[in-house]
Amino acid sequence: MKPADQKRLLREMIFYRRFEERCFEAYMEHKIGGFLHLYVGQEAVATGVLEMARVKHDYIITGYRDHIHAIKTGAPAREVMAELYGKETGSSRGRGGSMHIFDPTVNFMGGYALVGQPFPLAAGLALACKHKGTDQIAICFLGEGANNQGTFHETMNMASVWKLPVLFVCENNRYAIGTRVDRSTAVVDQYKRVCGYNIPSSQHDGQDIEVVMESAKKAVDHVRGGKGPYFIEYLTYRYRGHSMSDKTALYRSKDEERQWQERDPIRIYDRKLKQAGVVTDADIKAMEQEIDAMIENDIVKFAEESPAPRVEDLNKYVLDDNPDPRWIGPLQNSY
Amino acid sequence: MAELAYWEAIRRAHDEELARDPNVIVMGEDVGLIGGTYKATSGLYQKYGEKRVIDTPISENSFTGIGIGASMAGMRPIIEIMSINFALLALDTLINAAAKIRYMSGGRATCPIVMRTPGGTAHQLAAQHSARLARVFMSTSGLRVVTPRGPLDACGMLKSAVRCNDPVIVIEHERMYNLKEEIPDHEYFRPLEGAEIVRRGTDITLIGYNLSLHMCLETAKRLEQDGVSAEVIDLRALKPLDRETIRRSVEKTHRVVIAEEDEAAVGVGAEIMATVIEECFFALDAQPVRIHAADVPVPYAENLEKVAIPNADDVYQAALKVMGRI
Repeated sequence: MKPADQKRLLREMIFYRRFEERCFEAYMEHKIGGFLHLYVGQEAVATGVLEMARVKHDYIITGYRDHIHAIKTGAPAREVMAELYGKETGSSRGRGGSMHIFDPTVNFMGGYALVGQPFPLAAGLALACKHKGTDQIAICFLGEGANNQGTFHETMNMASVWKLPVLFVCENNRYAIGTRVDRSTAVVDQYKRVCGYNIPSSQHDGQDIEVVMESAKKAVDHVRGGKGPYFIEYLTYRYRGHSMSDKTALYRSKDEERQWQERDPIRIYDRKLKQAGVVTDADIKAMEQEIDAMIENDIVKFAEESPAPRVEDLNKYVLDDNPDPRWIGPLQNSY
Repeated sequence: MAELAYWEAIRRAHDEELARDPNVIVMGEDVGLIGGTYKATSGLYQKYGEKRVIDTPISENSFTGIGIGASMAGMRPIIEIMSINFALLALDTLINAAAKIRYMSGGRATCPIVMRTPGGTAHQLAAQHSARLARVFMSTSGLRVVTPRGPLDACGMLKSAVRCNDPVIVIEHERMYNLKEEIPDHEYFRPLEGAEIVRRGTDITLIGYNLSLHMCLETAKRLEQDGVSAEVIDLRALKPLDRETIRRSVEKTHRVVIAEEDEAAVGVGAEIMATVIEECFFALDAQPVRIHAADVPVPYAENLEKVAIPNADDVYQAALKVMGRI
């Protein structure tokens, strides 16, 4: 990888971290409502995998921890922030909020709150790609907790039987809200769980973006090559709670949190890049300043200044707002 | 005009839409090789191949979800769920996904799927094969729900459902698949919205849908011999509901009986009753009556099943009561 790309990836991960932290602040200021699930700590997974995908061409779908996946796919960050602010200019016109970021213009097909629901939707997107004979693939990001849903097993089975071009990315952050993986799951290594469906799989470090990219490239090539689905598991960690409301102290130790923070994806990468002479501390400091200014002066400003949805538009988007009367009617009775 | 059975009319709609649009696919348990439990997709696997007519494993929630995902990428899936009881397994993807994706994406993503399923009591199939459940879908924002009463609507509404950009639930009935009706030889469409006055009358309005509509028609014939002129409304579309046609009819007849095969609580009949009260309370000359199933899981024993489910005579007796004849 060229130094310029390495520098760009480092900058992206710092930006994602700062973006999420700014969301946290806005939430504390009551600018953002509802549930908010932050991606802090897991940045290398979405950044690395999507770097190896063909974004805006492939279909991307995920759960409710979706801001960064949407942005890396190509959704404008200011629109994602505006969505969190519940504004008409938001990714989902203020109708979805944090858990439901959509941007079909870049084939980002949504964030979903039903854990495990994106599995079949991803397989359906892949079915469409296969049916149309394109070289697109579908990539589904979910946590290890989703693998205890029936949709996981049902979808793995169908994806395998029908050889669908879908990559399942399991972001194993070890906790389904507060329930540690070994307390809920008989087979803790998630990649082993798809053996029963004859899907090739592997497990990797999710904190080192170079490891993520190298393994994701192989997985993406496998799927795009027409060999059917692939399941890739990344071991990672979210620094904050599941959402804004849970207290991590109830289910995990400070020691454990410290150990994982020593394997921080941004620190791992910036150390490597500094050793290789790609960036200096001064470069990183400048990056952080530039990012913070951009978040404040562009992204947050846009969200703050955007209009709320009009109350008169409450019923918009329930059904097709311009339906074809040939199919819809209504049927006319003579009285 | 040719006389077709209900299942043949559904088959014809599939055939025409599969032939027209390569993005139309059919999915469901045994819809392919063996042509569907009720023959509604017979011969289509042989004609269009296994990529267009897809036999699925018994995984209702996920194969429905796969259809929804495919529709988000431009496909037009027609999903068959073998019995509405099994559709309960797919409520997550139907209600949490299909019904909400357009709204929660601010209109940016759509899922134009059709889900067909028979929903009614057949004969001694017992509690787990006899649910009706139209009310579940009728109460969900973001869905269209239609209930074709015969072959004409079964073909014409299914074709409209495939073309429509919204998720459409088509509720059929096990006891209607062999019902025959003449339908046009040329291609035609029937609209997904609007109730239909299928018989005109002046003294009482009988409202039904799906199989209960036929109870209303039978009742109207009997009432005619009693010198009572009954108007019969087929709701056709449960969502969105045509309140206007109900109002205009009841304002004319001043009396109403509502027939449904489902249980009463929080049901289709309850919604129609509320509609009548909200739209034309002061036009009523008699208390409206609902005919519905007993509040029990549907029993197996033939004699018990018979009394658990309403029939045409129940509707007739209710009509006489509303007319003040008994």
